Amino acid sequence: MAALVIAEHDNKTLKDATAKTVAAAVQLGAPVHILVAGQGCGAVVDAAAKLAGVEKVLVADDALYARPIAETMAALILSLADRYDTILAPATTSGKNYLPRVAAKLDVPQISEILKVVSADTFERPIYAGNAIQTVQAAAGKKVITVRTTAFKAAASTGSAAIENVAAASDPGTAKFVGETLSKSERPELTSAKIVISGGRGLQSGENFKMLEKVADKLHAAVGASRAAVDAGFVPNDYQVGQTGKVVAPDLYIAVGISGAIQHLAGMKDSKVIAAINKDEEAPIFQIADVGLVADLFKAVPEMEEELSKLGY
Amino acid sequence: MKVLVPVKRVIDYNVKVRVKADQSGVDLANVKMSMNPFDEIGVEEAVRLKEKGKASEVIAVSIGPAQASETIRTALAMGADRGILVKTEGDVEPLAVAKILKAICDAENPGLVITGKQAIDDDSNQTGQMLAALLDWPQATFAHKLELGDGKAGVEREIDGGLQTIEVKLPAVLTTDLRLNEPRYASLPNIMKAKKKPIDEKSPADYGVDTTPRLKVLKVSEPPKRQAGTKVKTMSEFLGKLKEAGVL
Repeated sequence: MAALVIAEHDNKTLKDATAKTVAAAVQLGAPVHILVAGQGCGAVVDAAAKLAGVEKVLVADDALYARPIAETMAALILSLADRYDTILAPATTSGKNYLPRVAAKLDVPQISEILKVVSADTFERPIYAGNAIQTVQAAAGKKVITVRTTAFKAAASTGSAAIENVAAASDPGTAKFVGETLSKSERPELTSAKIVISGGRGLQSGENFKMLEKVADKLHAAVGASRAAVDAGFVPNDYQVGQTGKVVAPDLYIAVGISGAIQHLAGMKDSKVIAAINKDEEAPIFQIADVGLVADLFKAVPEMEEELSKLGY
Repeated sequence: MKVLVPVKRVIDYNVKVRVKADQSGVDLANVKMSMNPFDEIGVEEAVRLKEKGKASEVIAVSIGPAQASETIRTALAMGADRGILVKTEGDVEPLAVAKILKAICDAENPGLVITGKQAIDDDSNQTGQMLAALLDWPQATFAHKLELGDGKAGVEREIDGGLQTIEVKLPAVLTTDLRLNEPRYASLPNIMKAKKKPIDEKSPADYGVDTTPRLKVLKVSEPPKRQAGTKVKTMSEFLGKLKEAGVL
């Protein structure tokens, strides 16, 4: 039987997280289908149909999915579940929201945030903030899986899948979407950026994050933050990198004024190169940084911007 | 309205975990254990609802070994009224936890269940959602702000792009995110008082739930280790190293 991947999108663009989840699904060795639930999401369907390894795109285009919530998404996925033996979603805040509902209704455990497909029924996943890796084997029956997208390379856009319309499922009517406040930014998304520059408590204020933004703009980098900086109100919650925030694995992660608490490291330690600027020579971040600069960030960051200009950035 | 708060006993968040040499799990011997930090936020929210007159009773439930009664005592010291300890041995998967909690909800009829969004040991992030599904209740996960209304709740949620507001009919399951509130420290008089509050002892069999794990853990291993690199003295050296590494 085939595997079903639930697409993540905003009705206009298919998120990168989907292509990465497809990459994980392909490794299971079964045909891969994608479910796009949205409204007026034609462009998303086209993009999904191009993902390499995808055989079919199921489309549920309905007002109910314009702003999907867990209850409506779970009902839709369950209406299709008979046709699949594996259901996968990216481990984003939306995938984490609806997929356990699906697993519970199917009476199967969910395997959260897989890092690696060992075989069709065996997976690696992080526990204890990534300080240990668990290898788990699923029992026979349906498998419900969320995928840590930073652990997989996105499927290429070289395919051409068939498209099938599916009916909306009934709305349990117990919850409704009210509104959203999304951070607007011209910069790349944190989880897919090649370079991320993050600030911690050391930045001392939200105003000071502008220094990082200037550098980020030169490098086409995303800006992130430690929990301490978010808790202090310097930047919004969606900046948070860590065990309970976003997990990133860019080519280059620059940690500025971040001491390196375990839960922060959990969110970035799989970055290819880690660079750290901190005035405290003993800061734990230096134990995992490939390149460290012990310096006052208020001098170092403007200097970095200047030097980058000289280098032609 | 009763509020039910599941609390899990986990390794303290400040402890650096060690993987056992035989790869059977992580070493929990002589390690400091505490209440899962997200559950602490759940207890705090429930107690605040009671203080505001919006909740009549706060019930703390823990599913775990005998020592999980200490975790319940912590919740009682923070202001919960009574506890239920469901004694288990070994790991209990989120689905089995959700099934036990469902049975408790069927018996207690709470208007709201507040769970942590994830436990910091298995990092599963499933229990609240599974419980909501089994009860056919709505869910408001990753809660950042809760406004309790008449028969419904407005909840601001932390999502990848920012914040989202939803409205759920009660009864509902809420899961907490970091910034919902700042949990209080229990005062000494309250810790003393908590010792007198009742804790019911149960077993999964009392609820007809089989807690045998459905996933087989083949091994638990150390993640690849990163080595400390070089410390440089100047910004130009710093950028030079990054260029050398091919990431600039």
